[in-house]
Amino acid sequence: MKHVIVGAGPAGVVASGILRKLRAEDEILLIGGEPEPPYSRMAIPYYLIGNVKEEGTYLKTDADHYKKHRIDYLQAQVTKIDPKKKELHLESGKTAGYDKLLLATGAFPIRPPVPGIEDPDITGCWTLADARLIAKRCKKGTKVLQMGAGFIGCIIMEAIAATGVELTIVEMGDRMVPRMMNETCGNLIKRWCEKKGITVHTSTQVTKIEKRKDKKPRYLIHTKDGQQLEADLIIASTGVAPALDYLKGSGVETDGGILINEHMETSVADIYAAGDCAKGRDFSTGGYEVQAIQPTATEHGRIAAQNMAGVQTPHPGSLNMNVLDTVGLISSSFGQWMGVEGGDHAELLDEENFRYLRLEFKDDVLVGAQALGLTQHVGVLRGLIQTETHLGPWKEKLKSDPTQLMSAYLAKAQAQTLP
Amino acid sequence: MQKSLNIDPNKCTGCLQCEMACAYELEGSFNPAHSRIKIFHFEEQGRFVPYTCTQCAEAWCLHACPVDAIKMDATTGAKVVDEATCVGCKVCTIACPFGTVNYNQSSGKVIKCDLCGGDPACAKACPTEAITYVDANWTGLDKMREWAAKTDTGTTTAAAKPSAPAGH
Repeated sequence: MKHVIVGAGPAGVVASGILRKLRAEDEILLIGGEPEPPYSRMAIPYYLIGNVKEEGTYLKTDADHYKKHRIDYLQAQVTKIDPKKKELHLESGKTAGYDKLLLATGAFPIRPPVPGIEDPDITGCWTLADARLIAKRCKKGTKVLQMGAGFIGCIIMEAIAATGVELTIVEMGDRMVPRMMNETCGNLIKRWCEKKGITVHTSTQVTKIEKRKDKKPRYLIHTKDGQQLEADLIIASTGVAPALDYLKGSGVETDGGILINEHMETSVADIYAAGDCAKGRDFSTGGYEVQAIQPTATEHGRIAAQNMAGVQTPHPGSLNMNVLDTVGLISSSFGQWMGVEGGDHAELLDEENFRYLRLEFKDDVLVGAQALGLTQHVGVLRGLIQTETHLGPWKEKLKSDPTQLMSAYLAKAQAQTLP
Repeated sequence: MQKSLNIDPNKCTGCLQCEMACAYELEGSFNPAHSRIKIFHFEEQGRFVPYTCTQCAEAWCLHACPVDAIKMDATTGAKVVDEATCVGCKVCTIACPFGTVNYNQSSGKVIKCDLCGGDPACAKACPTEAITYVDANWTGLDKMREWAAKTDTGTTTAAAKPSAPAGH
């Protein structure tokens, strides 16, 4: 039996390990698209700021990991899949056969259709290659314009600001991280960044980029609200989308992501999908969507591998959750952080100290949460949501004082374990 | 037989000796803020509850880590953060449904209980035997794990046993 995994991010690498554990004799081929050994995009900001060397971003610390576990590693671009012949076409012209195939091709950065954005010197911050380029170009006093203040935009901000550049952010949404935090919290993060000397423009967007040959800074950027901004370097962190191009003609059905069932199977027999490219089951809604987060990618990878190995494992759904460090201010959000219809909430706001905690309930069950400035025991939010613990009288206590979170957790979720 | 921390809140007086011992052992200061074990006070009932990592078999923290920084100590069964490898991304802090991995802003790394390499300072410091270090099958851990299993997404190693031999 030959298992082929396309994509060497967390989903693919986790899957390769599980497959080896469960299928000692099978052949495993892991195909990665980038020149470096499999690494974590999550670690890029910490490489950029100089906390770790490039090796520190690798998914496996042991350089011989793949060899030791008899996982063949190939750096190649897959251009086409032929399910009839059970074959992959590679850019080199070669082909590779499979018995079971896992698509874990992740996502790629997308840019808005703005005149001038096709300039090759405009960089994203998605790969190690991007990070190297940014590290090289960010010098003290360099004027940097960053498009987008989503998760990636925010998480790389500290590293970029630390180089001493003059940083300006342009975000389309009315706040920072609009897909993770509500208005109150997103605006608190914005105020925090401004306090740190970063200029943030929200509710506007870049409409045109002019590259000037004879003048410095070399870029003149026009915004929707009529501003003209100057920059030496433009970084685009304007979102990512699942990588699907190579699936044309394969019969693998997609709709903004690869469609999979609860066993991580695509519409084509013996082809599975996992991670940022897949529309997996969401714990909160039961629906299928692209979550594009690290914990979900690893869950997908494990479950897909178990199913590929013949261990029937349904996926009950992954909880959408994020933790973010924006120039030292830590935020997290979980599940239905935006609340649910007919639901109820508890809220604590301390603007001066940049603290915020918001809990969303459905009946007496926690279904979502947002936290700002919380670093202790933050995981209990996941625990309470995913175990659907009935809070009983603790819900009212939390509504009057959300800081009682840990007590509520110990009293309700852990009560059964206490003598 | 692996041992684990057994916690009996009924015996806890809230003296915080465990927190100080933990902070001193691992951070070199008697500052309870750096402790990996925490005492929670239920004022209405006059009750204290010590709380720390159960070293659960599921090890969400270990599986969620993007850089392989959390490893299992083969002797103690503890899930241990390798400080040099941890980049401080905090994914483990949201992945652990017990909330027992915390981010330490001053070091830029995460911290969790490592059972002090098999000789936990908290248990030694506890004057009332509210915290003891005993054979693992003695403790309330199974119940805790049962609870934790509800968070499971079919990804435990226990579930990962082939149900039928898949053919070659």
